[in-house]
Amino acid sequence: MTRPVLTLDNAVVRYDRFTAVDNVSLELRRGETLGLIGESGCGKSSIARAIVGLQPLAGGTLAVEGETVKDASRQRRLVLQRRIQLLFQDPVASLSPRLTVRALLSEPLKIRNAFTAENWGRIVALAESIGLGEQLLSRYPHQLSGGQARRVALIRVLAAEPSIIVADEPTAGLDISVQGDLLNLLRALKDRLGLSYLLISHNLNVVGRVADRVAVMYLGQIVESGPTAALFREPAHPYTQALLSANLTLDPSRRHDRIVLSGELPSPANPPTGCRFHSRCPLVQVRCATEAPALRTGEDGRAVACHFPLAATPTVIPQAIAG
Amino acid sequence: MTAALLTIEDLHVSYRGRNSTAHILDGVDVTIGRGQSVGLVGESGSGKSTVAFALLGLLADNAEVSTRRAAFDGHETSLRVEETRALRGTDIAMIFQDPMTALNPMFTIGTQLVDIQRRRFPRESRHWLWARAATMLADVGVPDAAARMNRYPHEFSGGMRQRVVIAMALLVEPKLLIADEPTTALDATIEAQVVEVLQRLRQRTSTSMLVVSHSMGLIAELCDSVVVMYAGTVVEHGPVQVVFSRPRHPYTRALLACEIDPYQAFDPSQDLATIPGTVPDPARRPRGCIFASRCPDRHDRCGERPPHRQAGDARAYSCWQEAS
Repeated sequence: MTRPVLTLDNAVVRYDRFTAVDNVSLELRRGETLGLIGESGCGKSSIARAIVGLQPLAGGTLAVEGETVKDASRQRRLVLQRRIQLLFQDPVASLSPRLTVRALLSEPLKIRNAFTAENWGRIVALAESIGLGEQLLSRYPHQLSGGQARRVALIRVLAAEPSIIVADEPTAGLDISVQGDLLNLLRALKDRLGLSYLLISHNLNVVGRVADRVAVMYLGQIVESGPTAALFREPAHPYTQALLSANLTLDPSRRHDRIVLSGELPSPANPPTGCRFHSRCPLVQVRCATEAPALRTGEDGRAVACHFPLAATPTVIPQAIAG
Repeated sequence: MTAALLTIEDLHVSYRGRNSTAHILDGVDVTIGRGQSVGLVGESGSGKSTVAFALLGLLADNAEVSTRRAAFDGHETSLRVEETRALRGTDIAMIFQDPMTALNPMFTIGTQLVDIQRRRFPRESRHWLWARAATMLADVGVPDAAARMNRYPHEFSGGMRQRVVIAMALLVEPKLLIADEPTTALDATIEAQVVEVLQRLRQRTSTSMLVVSHSMGLIAELCDSVVVMYAGTVVEHGPVQVVFSRPRHPYTRALLACEIDPYQAFDPSQDLATIPGTVPDPARRPRGCIFASRCPDRHDRCGERPPHRQAGDARAYSCWQEAS
């Protein structure tokens, strides 16, 4: 097995006394897309902030290609951190309306003092390859179509030559007819440039389609992770099952299995004792209220933190998904 | 068959600019039967919210609204502001997208739930209105409703706030309930709860519903029939199951193809579906079919206005293509 390109080990993110991320470990393998799903306040964006260096880790370590960021020299730390870039939720809003496309694309190079003819040529070639011709360079953002603006924002992220892109809700707010355009583009760039993605989204359809593996968070912890197709078809954690079943569907035959959780998401500042999901779990037992379950990894690459995981019923999984 | 609760024929909404006029709605027909739930689906810029706002008289002052005919509950209406104002908050109520901004942070939930009823029940006592509100709050699934009446909006979570807003809309016993993206601001498990509340409501009351959303999943859950809008026009309408399982208009088909079903087998190397191109500028609408510039099946005829076709399955669509 190849070395993971990014490793988060027992990470803790704290804002004052409030623990947003509590002992989370993640591995991002080279060339893969790891989906991170969960509801508001579960800590998925805090993980993104910690990984890109916007929020210091209160505990645990972050390693990029096996090199622990914390132990590196200041200069080395900058190099490592630059390999991870954040793709904002509304990338188009991050484009200054007063700058031309040329200025917008050269800005990240100039910030790094790397504006050389060679680097600029590389950027222009990359832009050309995804449909941003040279004739667009003198335009302003308002003269671009939505698709062109998204491409400009993406190239700005790629200008730092990252190996890891953290995409926080990249399709939120996009119409469904253009969401596919962004996802297709991300995949093409990943294959061409050898990128790895951490895809954070509440859109289960998107994650189910583009992620290779998925991690499910609840109140600051990972409750389940595994290969996407297996996890979607046979969720082992009751929360994963409820979350997936809550996804609205056009297929009326699937609606009967919906599990509507009672109650609200508890405050992450004051999580329940024992298993954090026990206050809403339809299958709760006495033990769950007192003893926190550990995240246990099975041999099939799936991990679940539950005392009473759902038993998998063997079903035939279509080849293309299992592949 | 009794007359429909709401009939709108040929609704036009436009805004006059300095040099040009933007046509936001161009000949929209909507009919809602009594007790029926109709979904308006479309992408940004399709004009779906404008239809709802026109019904409520909430459009900007410079909006020019015209219809060939509009009738609500057996009465003809011009949709002029004076007339819609009389319906708003009594016969027509609305659930807005963002439950935080729909509630006044300065007053308790109870006060707001009482005040909303004053126009409908001007002679009833505060005590009576308060009790009625508490019952309704419990009805939409707010636990400990009697005590929660004395709380302020910030003391409620997003899902609970949306229930308060739903209770508020129901308290006036509207004949028509308009829900504009009622679950868009909510998390998935909370969305499922609110959908359940709305579904229960549909079974218990005879209130008609107009659900405005970009989410075809939500429309499929809540509605009997669907109206698909594109760039200010209706391209197809009919029973939800018919339209979603066998779409006829190329836009409906393209839109449904963009929906991702994570449970369906797929080829990971294959691109996701998109609809290339952009929505036409409302100030420069094409003369012919509005979808022609993005349509995969475009041909010479599409430069002219497409006919309105009735299919046998209670569905209608506007396209030059014959039903196959």
